[in-house]
Amino acid sequence: MTGLVLTEEQQMLKDAAKRFLQERAPVAELRRLRDERDETGFSRDTWAEMVDMGLAGTLIPEDFGGTGFGHVGMGQVFEEAGRNLSASPLLSTAVLGAAAVNLAGNAEQKQALLGAIAEGSLVTALAADEAPRHDPLKVETRAEAEGDGYVVNGRKQFVVDGHVADKLIVSARTSGGSSDSEGISLLLVDREADGVDVERTIMMDNRNAAVVTFDNARAEGLLGEEGKGYAVLERVLDAGNAQLAAELLGIAQESFDRTVKYLQERKQFGVTIGSFQGLQHRAAHLFSEIELVKSVVIRALQALDEDADDTPALVSLAKAKASEVAELATNEGVQMHGGMGMTDEFDIGLFLKRARPVQQLFGDYRYHASRYARLNGY
Amino acid sequence: MTDLEQFRQETRAWLEENCPRSMRTPVLSAEDQCWGGRNFKFQSEDQRLWLERMAERGWTAPDWPTEYGGGGLSKEQVKVLREEMDRINARPPLHSFGIWMIGPAILKFGSEKLKQQHLPPIVRGEIRWCQGYSEPGAGSDLAGLQTKAVDQGDHFIVNGQKIWTSYADKADWMFCLVRTNPDVKKQLGISLVLFDMETPGVTTRPIKLISGSSPFCETFLEDVRVEKDQVVGEVDQGWTIAKYLLTHERAMIGGFGRTAAGEKTLSEQAVECLGLEDGRLADDMFRAELARWDIDAKAFELTNERVTDEAKSGQGVGAASAMLKYYGTELNKRRQEMIVAMNGFDGLVFEGEQWDQGAVPRSMLRSKGNSIEGGTSEIQLNVIARNILGLV
Repeated sequence: MTGLVLTEEQQMLKDAAKRFLQERAPVAELRRLRDERDETGFSRDTWAEMVDMGLAGTLIPEDFGGTGFGHVGMGQVFEEAGRNLSASPLLSTAVLGAAAVNLAGNAEQKQALLGAIAEGSLVTALAADEAPRHDPLKVETRAEAEGDGYVVNGRKQFVVDGHVADKLIVSARTSGGSSDSEGISLLLVDREADGVDVERTIMMDNRNAAVVTFDNARAEGLLGEEGKGYAVLERVLDAGNAQLAAELLGIAQESFDRTVKYLQERKQFGVTIGSFQGLQHRAAHLFSEIELVKSVVIRALQALDEDADDTPALVSLAKAKASEVAELATNEGVQMHGGMGMTDEFDIGLFLKRARPVQQLFGDYRYHASRYARLNGY
Repeated sequence: MTDLEQFRQETRAWLEENCPRSMRTPVLSAEDQCWGGRNFKFQSEDQRLWLERMAERGWTAPDWPTEYGGGGLSKEQVKVLREEMDRINARPPLHSFGIWMIGPAILKFGSEKLKQQHLPPIVRGEIRWCQGYSEPGAGSDLAGLQTKAVDQGDHFIVNGQKIWTSYADKADWMFCLVRTNPDVKKQLGISLVLFDMETPGVTTRPIKLISGSSPFCETFLEDVRVEKDQVVGEVDQGWTIAKYLLTHERAMIGGFGRTAAGEKTLSEQAVECLGLEDGRLADDMFRAELARWDIDAKAFELTNERVTDEAKSGQGVGAASAMLKYYGTELNKRRQEMIVAMNGFDGLVFEGEQWDQGAVPRSMLRSKGNSIEGGTSEIQLNVIARNILGLV
C-alpha cells in the first residue's frame, strides 16, 4: 500500500493550486461575487484558467483529454479551495460529472462529454436529492419511456451549479417504488430543454445551488443501463464526498490557523489571550482532531485511486470525521474571535457559513456515521 | 523479486517453523505476557522457547545494531516482520521497558561501555528494567524532582523516594532520574543513572490500585551507591534524555487499547452483547456512540500510520507524540467504559470464576491511569499549545 504521504507530483499540484487560488480566488473574491450578486456565482475567467492548468481533467483519463492525475491530486486542489473559499464548478463538473460519465457512459458519450469537461466547454450538475436531508434512494422523480427516449417528471433540490449547468445528470425512477435501489436510472437532460425549470437558491455560503423541476421534460438519453443507476450513483457520490471531505479539511485548517494567530495577537487583561490555559487546551484539542482529519482524507482519496474494496467505508469515515471537525473548528473560530467573530467584516464567519453546506451536501456526520456502522456490520 | 519481498518470504517461513502454536493465540491476561528478567517464571515451555528463538536472531529488538545483539533490520524490514507476526497472530516474545525505553536511550546517549554491558541482556530478556521518574512531590512537575545524588569521587550516594515505579518489585535494574546539582535551574541539575535493584539501600513497596492490582510501587533509596560510569550521557544533562524517553513512553501508552491481533473488535463485542435487529445494533444510542468511537479509533490508527510514514520521509515525530498520547489514551478510556456498559451486570462483577475475576471492570479502572501516567492529558495539551501552536 502507498504510504499516507503525497508523492512529489501530488505535492507540486498542491503547491500550484495553492498559489493560484490564493491569488485568483481568495476570500475577497467570494465577497465580491456575493456583494455584486454575480449571476454565475463564480468567475468564468478564473474557471478558464483552472481549465488551462488541467484541473478540470484531473479525474479524466488521458485518452479522453484529461490528465488522469487522480483523486489524491484533486483532493489537494479541494483542500486549497477550502482554505480560500474558492468558488468554481470543479465539484459539479470535474468530479461529479466526470465520474458519472466515466463510470457509466458509453464510448460515444465518453468521447463527447469527457473531452468537453476537460477543455472547459461543458458544465454539468448532478440532480440527485429530493428530500431536505440527503437520501439518494428516495427517488420519486419518474422517467417514462416514450418513443426512443424518456420523459422526466419530478423535483430535485440542492443541485450544485444547477442554474449554470449545460447538462443535468438526473436520478429518476424507471421502475420500482420510492427507496428501492433497483429501478433507479441516470439520465442526461439539457438544462434548457422544454419543461425544465431551474430556480437558483441563495445559500448561506453564497455558493451555487438550485431547485430543478421537470415537467414532461425530454431526456437526451440514458447514462448507463436502465434501472441500474443506483450503483453508479453511489460511486459518484463517494467520489464527491471524498472531495468535500478534503474541502472541509481545508476549511478547518484555515479557520484554525487564523484563530491561533488571533490568540497570539489579541490582548486582554494586559496579556495575549493565547496565554490562557482555558483557550490553550481547546486549541490543542482542535489541533489533534485536525491531525486525524488529514489522515482519513488522504486514505479515502487513495482508496478511490486504488479502487479498493473498502472505499465506501473509507469515504464515509472521511466525510464524517471531516464534517465533525470542521463544525468544531469553525464554531471555536467564531467563539475565540469573540465579538469580532460575529461581524461580517471578519472572514472567520465565512468559513462557518461555507462549512455547513459542505457538511450537509451528500450526507453529514450523522448520515455517514450510520453508513459507516452499516458497512461494518452493525 | 525485491530484497524486501525475499525478506518477507524468508521471515514467513522462519516464523512458520519457529513460532510455537500456543504462542499464536491472543494475549488475554497479564500472565500471557513474557517480561523476562532474573526472577521471571515462564508460563510454559513454549513461552521460553519463543523468547529464546526470537532473541537469538535479535528480533526482540529488531532495529537495534547486531553488535549489541539486535536484529540490525531496516525500518521497512521491521514493518515486514511485524506484519508477518500479526498475520499468524504471534504474541510479542518479550514485553520490556528495556527494549521500549532505556535501550533506545542508551543507544542514543550512552557510552560504549554501557551499550556493551546493558543492551545484549535486554535483547535476551535476561534483565528486566524499571523506570524511576516520578516522586511524591514531582508528578506533572517532573523536573522538580528531589532525589539527591551526592558526588563521592568515583561514585554517587543516592537518597530519596520514587513513586509509580512500574513493576519495581519484579525488576532487576532501575533507570533513575536524580538531582546532581541543586544550585541551578531545575532542568539543568538532573542526571540519568542506572543501578541494580539488589544494591543495598533499595527497597520497594507495591501500591494497591482501584483496579485491585499492584503494577506500581514506591521505591525507597537510602544511601544507594551508584558508580559514575553508570550515568547515561553527561552529568547534569539528564533532562534532555528524560524528555526523549518521555516521547517514547507517550508513543507506547498512546498505543494501549489498540485491538491486538486475534482479539475481538469493539463492534464485534457490541454485536455479541446487544444483538442485531435488521442488520443494525439493537440499541440505537449504543449504535451511535459506537460508530462515533469506531470512526475516531480508525482515524487515530490511520494517523499513527501517517506519522510513521512522514517520519520515514524525514518529517519529525517529536511534536506528534504528545497528540498521539493524548488522543490514544482518551480513546481507550471511552472504549473501556463502553465495554463495561454493554456487559451490564456482568461488566460490574469484581470476583468469581464465571466473570474471569472481574477482568472487564478491572481493565476499565486500570485505563483511568492511561491519561495520567507518562504525563497527564492536560500536560500533553500544554505541550501541544506551547511547542506546536506557539501559544504562551
